[in-house]
Amino acid sequence: MAKIDALHPWKEVPLGCAILEAGNSRQFKTGDWRSKIRPVTDQEKCIKCGMCWIFCPDMAYNQRADGFYDWNSYYCKGCGICARECPKEAIQMIAEEE
Amino acid sequence: MPIQKGMEVSIAVSEAVKLANVDVISAYPITPQTHIVEHLSELVADGELKAAFIPVESEHSALSAAVGAAAVGARAYTATSSQGLALMHEIMFVASSMRIPLVMTVVNRALSAPINIWNDLSDIMAQRDCGWVQLFAINGQEAVDLTLQAFKIAEDPRVLLPVAVNLDGFVLSHVIEPIELPDQEAVDRFLPVFKPTLRLDPDQPVSMGAFGSPEVFIEVKKQVEEALIGSQKVAAEVWKDFGDIFGRTYKPVESYKAKGAEILLVTMGSITETAMTAVDSMREKGRKVGLIHIRLWRPFPFKEFFQAIREAKCLAVVDRALVPGGVGGPVGLEIKSALFEKKERPYVAEFVAGLGGRDLTVEVFAEMAAKAERYAKTQKEMRYEMIGVREK
Ligand code: SF4
Ligand code: SF4
Repeated sequence: MAKIDALHPWKEVPLGCAILEAGNSRQFKTGDWRSKIRPVTDQEKCIKCGMCWIFCPDMAYNQRADGFYDWNSYYCKGCGICARECPKEAIQMIAEEE
Repeated sequence: MPIQKGMEVSIAVSEAVKLANVDVISAYPITPQTHIVEHLSELVADGELKAAFIPVESEHSALSAAVGAAAVGARAYTATSSQGLALMHEIMFVASSMRIPLVMTVVNRALSAPINIWNDLSDIMAQRDCGWVQLFAINGQEAVDLTLQAFKIAEDPRVLLPVAVNLDGFVLSHVIEPIELPDQEAVDRFLPVFKPTLRLDPDQPVSMGAFGSPEVFIEVKKQVEEALIGSQKVAAEVWKDFGDIFGRTYKPVESYKAKGAEILLVTMGSITETAMTAVDSMREKGRKVGLIHIRLWRPFPFKEFFQAIREAKCLAVVDRALVPGGVGGPVGLEIKSALFEKKERPYVAEFVAGLGGRDLTVEVFAEMAAKAERYAKTQKEMRYEMIGVREK
């Protein structure tokens, strides 16, 4: 599970359930409910175009210093969009172990 | 000193909104609210009111834009009627649960079908459970005063909820009444600049209206409910301040010739003044009839209601909306449930009347009072009676 802050009693819930901490969606583990597949990138085919990074709805890719993109299981929910959008078919969706 | 001037109630309400120095008005015109927003748009266009007037494409957007404006810390206002209010339904809940203080005038009108532009309370009663503070004006002066008070109640840090000020379509909104518009200086003293507790601010970013999982949702609802219940205390303080500055006093439930009355008419809105005339003539004939009217409908002022009816043997509740398939109308339903906890309670005769602009005359009130008295004598079992329906 992602880190959940201590649950507030009703009097301490921020007004109107507002989120007071900027950018805390970073803590939200969208990878929690990944379908049983995940992407694997073949660096031989990859041209570092960044389409996977742009299209991923959960920000699961980060560019490394060498220009390739690292995949982050914390956020990936296994939708397969990156594999579909990659112009070089460098991304394969593979079955995950239970 | 301000003086009383004859003016159309809708125009007076817009002048009150101007006096409240709103920052943003977002509205879509609908009969019979139109004169209010038309006049406001003139005031803005003529530079008499320095506010943004957003002419939106629907009522859903009207309320959404007002919510957004209030969320950044603006004093926001909108107004609507009937179908327009129905279209706002979704955002009604959003506004209260997000703790958005804004003010809306609801010029009460029947809901279609059949299409009907005349007055009853079916529009606002369908929004009863949206978590808003709901006030009812019985005349033009009250419509003005409640509008000013509404901002102060809404914006109180202990409340932070939207407030609906209700006034009857046409029979109140379009009539010319003697109205005293307060001085700007006095209004500014009464209603200082809105200081939001929380607002959308790029320098201190927060998110409003986000997801609320099962672990937090019920706590949020509890918080909104406590704020709504607590708004009655704030309203009482606001009314005290208002009385001190402007000399007119307001209470959540008002009584008229209720002392020694065995039968009490229970009303809301502008029909109250006609009912008062009926009470006067029944009193002249020696009948022990009085009246109470409910000004604060949400939160319901239980204590003041019990206090107001404590001497009555019989209540004649006049509902101008129907809860289809239920026990009658929303006011009757509320009152009957409230009384359930009391061992000693008056007989409640529940009437649904005046739907879709059907005239409620002095004679009709006398008829309801007489029926209530008769039914109470025999403790007639009744859910409700619809008044004035042609049988043949
Ligand atoms: S499968 Fe979907 S969520 Fe996972 S990395 Fe690809 S695009 Fe992102
Ligand atoms: S979309 Fe394909 S080619 Fe482009 S960076 Fe991602 S993996 Fe490499």
